[in-house]
Amino acid sequence: MKRIALALFSTFAIAASAHAVEYSQVQADQSRIAFGYQQMGVSMDGAFRKFSSQLRFDPAAPQAASATIEVELASIDTGSDEGDEEAARKTWFNTKDFPTARFESTGVKALGGNKYEVAGKLTIKGTTRDVVVPATFAEQGKAGVFEGSLTIKRGDFSVGEGAWKAFDVVANDVVIKFRITAAAK
Amino acid sequence: MSTPMNAHYTATAKTLHWLIAMLIFGMLGLGFYMTGLDVSPTKLQIYSWHKWVGVTVFLLVVVRLAWRITHRPPALPQHMAPIERIAAHAGHHLLYVLMFAIPLTGWLMSSAKGFQTVWFGVLPIPDLLAKDKALGDLLQTVHVVLNFVLIAVLLGHVGAALKHHFFDKDDVLTRMLPGRAD
Ligand code: HEM
Repeated sequence: MKRIALALFSTFAIAASAHAVEYSQVQADQSRIAFGYQQMGVSMDGAFRKFSSQLRFDPAAPQAASATIEVELASIDTGSDEGDEEAARKTWFNTKDFPTARFESTGVKALGGNKYEVAGKLTIKGTTRDVVVPATFAEQGKAGVFEGSLTIKRGDFSVGEGAWKAFDVVANDVVIKFRITAAAK
Repeated sequence: MSTPMNAHYTATAKTLHWLIAMLIFGMLGLGFYMTGLDVSPTKLQIYSWHKWVGVTVFLLVVVRLAWRITHRPPALPQHMAPIERIAAHAGHHLLYVLMFAIPLTGWLMSSAKGFQTVWFGVLPIPDLLAKDKALGDLLQTVHVVLNFVLIAVLLGHVGAALKHHFFDKDDVLTRMLPGRAD
């Protein structure tokens, strides 16, 4: 009896582990990191052309998931060449001294349904802050798609110094929107 | 025939003429000045003001065109030669076209460049075009070229008004000036 139970159990265990999918192969061309902000009361948006990410996510064990995203700040696309050059300057990202921004997860919490909360550390321009990123997960064919947005204050990271420090022309709030697609291993 | 020889423009016509003239002179100066500035909060503010005032000019021009279509301006003086009359009418038509087309291309350029115009920071003006960088750059060139054409036509316009006043000694300039009753 005991042996049969054990055999059954191990069969189940094998079946379960064979069934578990871990999404970890990030597909750069299906992923996007964009941002939005207000300038003179007008909604503006842009994106980063280059970023790399490492991801491990198993819907059956979300608490074990982890994510690291590194954004190449000089790859910014503000919609104009003038804007792209300005963003790289010392007063904004200072890409010479701080070429990348980094997000590193510290914990993932399942909120039920397809909703998750990813806690982590966000580093921009030498300043690190704890953030909690709301995200959703959806299976799309063989890949998993993670989407979400996070509003940060640019002032918290000294992005926009000197003449730009006031928030009357360029607002303090910046929404970061992401969509990361990863295939299962 | 129905208009007396020395008739004046109506107060509405005069008001629209001088208001739009002042705004356009200001806009020409502002436009050429702002594009040379380095990126700064001031530059972004000036660009916004340029767009806001430009949209205002556009609206005033629409009112002015409506007025012009429903009213007849005073006739040109009798002494003018046929070629001068043709030049005067062509010049005025061209001015109406430019007053309409310049703010319109500015608006379309802003839309194509992905910057919506929010009138005085309050009223969002619809984007008539989707974001398209190449089209935005093209419209920018059109906006600039039309402004140069406008400057040339304005020089002719002002020159002609002064010629009427000082050489022909007729009432073409004074009938547009404020003050005298209709
Ligand atoms: C009375 C109407 C207007 C006049 C006389 C005018 C005149 C000018 C002039 C002279 C320039 C400088 C051109 C150069 O050398 O680059 C300019 C640039 C510009 N105008 Fe206008 N403008 C008018 C209306 C508008 C409107 C309604 C808008 C937008 C809603 C607009 C948007 C712009 C922009 C964005 C530029 C800068 C282009 C760049 O990035 O270099 N303009 N305008």
